[in-house]
Amino acid sequence: MKPFTLTAPLDVPEALDQFRAGSAYLAGGTTLVDLMKLEVLTPGNVLDISLLPLRGIRPRDGGVYIGALERMSDVAEHELITAAYPVLSQALAASASPQLRDMATIGGNLLQRTRCGYFRDPAVACNKRVPGSGCPAIEGANRMHAILGTSDACVATHPSDLAVALVALDASVELTGDGGHRRVPLAGFYRVPGTEPHLETELRPGELVAGVALPAVPAARRSVYIKVRDRQSYEFALTSAAVAVAVSDGIITEARVAAGGVGTRPWRLPAVEQALAGAPMRQEAFEAAVAHAADGARPLSQNAFKPALLRRTIIRALMTLAA
Amino acid sequence: MEDTHDAAVATLAGPVTVEVELRVNGQVRRLQLDSRATLLDTLRERLGLTGTKKGCDRGQCGACTVHVDGRLALSCLTLAARVSGQTVTTIEGLAEDGQLHPVQQALLDQDGLQCGFCTPGQAMAATRLIAAGHAGSDEKIRDHMSGNLCRCGAYPNIVAAVKAAAAELDAEGQTR
Repeated sequence: MKPFTLTAPLDVPEALDQFRAGSAYLAGGTTLVDLMKLEVLTPGNVLDISLLPLRGIRPRDGGVYIGALERMSDVAEHELITAAYPVLSQALAASASPQLRDMATIGGNLLQRTRCGYFRDPAVACNKRVPGSGCPAIEGANRMHAILGTSDACVATHPSDLAVALVALDASVELTGDGGHRRVPLAGFYRVPGTEPHLETELRPGELVAGVALPAVPAARRSVYIKVRDRQSYEFALTSAAVAVAVSDGIITEARVAAGGVGTRPWRLPAVEQALAGAPMRQEAFEAAVAHAADGARPLSQNAFKPALLRRTIIRALMTLAA
Repeated sequence: MEDTHDAAVATLAGPVTVEVELRVNGQVRRLQLDSRATLLDTLRERLGLTGTKKGCDRGQCGACTVHVDGRLALSCLTLAARVSGQTVTTIEGLAEDGQLHPVQQALLDQDGLQCGFCTPGQAMAATRLIAAGHAGSDEKIRDHMSGNLCRCGAYPNIVAAVKAAAAELDAEGQTR
């Protein structure tokens, strides 16, 4: 680790005031301290934001507001989440390890960095870490990498399960900075890499994630998060699916489908949702609807299995909801 | 996006020292630490509490697991200065009056270890999962112990130990 000064501001204005180019906000630390040890990140000033009043899980506007500093484990088990948004609870429970879920915050989870091995190794090139240096993953170890939203500059997968569930739920992030408070739909918060993979989100320098706003989503009461991975627990997704449906007389009236493990950002699948709407809640209908789930995918040398695995993951999620 | 602040963070010539008050296993210690010091290194090198083990030192193996304010924490990914004023419990703090915690006793009784290196972290994870009410089935126990790797492969016996300890604590009517 490179040396750094460390302070703990007591309120948001103080935190924003102390932020400079070269500062980093520290919440749960599970990403930041890890990447500082690897010297992938080398802030000269660390602002511990754990004392800021960005907490609370409470009803708001028919939905739920979650403070950015709430921990993953607390949100997963909260009574406002488990019944109304099971997909969110399940996505959190399927994330990381119990230790990491007890430490990591909701805001930090959404800002976690990719697990691409080249990004995490300062000894090699990476366009995300050093713009213009190249992307060894395109011809290298890319089994875990993205097949949707990729570019010639970057094929790194967005690793968050939480973000996949939140995108399916049309959640927004609330941001606070020198310019004031603003709300951004999570689906528009993340960028695809294009020619600038080092720019990952719409967050401005010094701006803080204050919280997450969940809208009322009646269909979310019947929702599920299915995560397919090499180990049963404590592993990142090969593919995952966040699915919610509203069903009336055996016919799907509304479907929400988002995918993880396949995109450079959480990937909503509107074509699948439209194909499901009006279809019967049956396996044949699911198989027809997912036919176009991976349209536009660009599989890499080691992950040609992902389009088929993605389709099957979504079918499994729907079958789970049909049972 | 233009940064509205005037100056960037000044380049640091060397290490930065911070004042820290640690509350570990009921004892309060004031220390001067490098801002980079992890809780793991501080426990082991400065406080002599070597029960907490350094396995991977990158948050992946669980050997360094402790409790901070009753929650699990990977001490290798925790800056010591950050837990100033919070309550830290290590494996040395589990036993009471010279009597092993039921989780520790169960790990012995059920042969839940071979080399023992991962055991302190296993015990800290187990006490938390029992207290949080996640010991209801083998499947749940395995899931909630999955952040602790055991290279000897004592997993079935570790699950048996967590079950036995949960039953014991239930009978005692407490989850200490």
